[in-house]
Amino acid sequence: MIDKVVPDIAKALSGIGDGSCIMIGGFGRAGQPVDLIDALIDSGVGDLTIVNNNAGNGDVGLARLIGLGRVRKIICSFPRQADSWHFDEKYRAGEIELEIVPQGNLAERIRAAGAGIGAFFTPTGVGTEIAAGKEQRTIDGKEYILEYPIHADFALIQAFRGDQLGNLVYRRTARNFGPIMATAAKVTIAQVDEVVEVGALDPEAIVTPGLFVDRVVPVGYRPWLDETGAFIGGVDVNGEPLTTEGEDA
Amino acid sequence: MATKISRVALAKRLAADIPEGAYVNLGIGAPTLVADHIPEGRQIILHTENGMLGMGEAPEADQVDPDLINAGKQAVTAQPGAAFFHHADSFGMMRGGHLDVCVLGAFEVSQAGDLANWSTGAPGAIPAIGGAMDLAIGAKDVYVMTDLLTKDGQPKLVAECSYPLTGVRCVSRVYTDHAIFQVTPHGFAVTERFGDTTHAELESLTGLTLIDATGAAA
Repeated sequence: MIDKVVPDIAKALSGIGDGSCIMIGGFGRAGQPVDLIDALIDSGVGDLTIVNNNAGNGDVGLARLIGLGRVRKIICSFPRQADSWHFDEKYRAGEIELEIVPQGNLAERIRAAGAGIGAFFTPTGVGTEIAAGKEQRTIDGKEYILEYPIHADFALIQAFRGDQLGNLVYRRTARNFGPIMATAAKVTIAQVDEVVEVGALDPEAIVTPGLFVDRVVPVGYRPWLDETGAFIGGVDVNGEPLTTEGEDA
Repeated sequence: MATKISRVALAKRLAADIPEGAYVNLGIGAPTLVADHIPEGRQIILHTENGMLGMGEAPEADQVDPDLINAGKQAVTAQPGAAFFHHADSFGMMRGGHLDVCVLGAFEVSQAGDLANWSTGAPGAIPAIGGAMDLAIGAKDVYVMTDLLTKDGQPKLVAECSYPLTGVRCVSRVYTDHAIFQVTPHGFAVTERFGDTTHAELESLTGLTLIDATGAAA
């Protein structure tokens, strides 16, 4: 009987070692598998290649992983942000390698890896620095550059609900990179708010079929949702509780 | 003296040109203002590249849902009929030419329609592209919304871009605080001037030869 649920988060990350290439889902805080990243940090692995849209925010999650010097190379579209100080410091010190990729090319390179595509021609980046050294071709009068897929050893993603077969549904814009990263790694590990019975997810609404998912880790509810998953509010965009009136910020 | 119009007035003017039923992506920064000035009764559908069509306005403070954000990572709402999708689909919507209008900011726009808006090329600067290059080539019409001049008084409309390019021959129209410019095979055509700005003043400010198209039917 197939049961991909791994309640022990440390066990769920087994196989990840020094030098692994890991895709990490999320766009900003939304969809970032924070519990899996914390467990990855606790596991002590290093020399990692990380694929993510950004290069960490604040002092938690991916930012902390970078700050601790565990990341050798990052492949991303938008590393520099107001709160990307850990990446900025490592980059300026020459301690982290950066491969910068336009966001749509990043998404399509991940999608291509999962779909078995050997390479593809894209118009994004033609005539810019990004095109340097890349094969260029004119197709039907329009210019394209050749881009290759990005494969990973592991994908760490966040979904809303999952079942024992690994079927996943997401929540709102937290979906972002989850469905494509799930297809592009040898081993896909999804943290979910809740594991539901097989058959409880509407087959018409499943976003990531279980075939793409190897391990499902239930991490519990988030503070802005009630027990049915309905939104109840009361937090800021980072999921932190709103400051109550009269309380010191 | 040339008269400039305010950022809000410019947003309102640009919004008036977005047709009923259009699918529109508004870039981060000033272009987001356009959403607040869509004419009453006109339905447009906003796309945010992190994965939603039907983006609504900012929520009340106690209704902020951290799973519901825009490309600038700000809290937003979903309108009735909204749809969520993953990143590859979202950028396929751009690259595939399915969006009608995209509104972007700019460091420079060349008279051929080249756009530079992602890097000043300053030494030591950490590069960050995000969706800029995909947006620049991705919509049927790419509108740039910007001040005509930088804070130092340098024109943003140029013969050729000096900053690293975001996209080549991709801009169709530039909405500035002085005038609206259409990119044509023969350079910039001024389609509308604001206040008492004259054609000669625009040529003097930009150092370019401009086509006066203000008499042409809109």
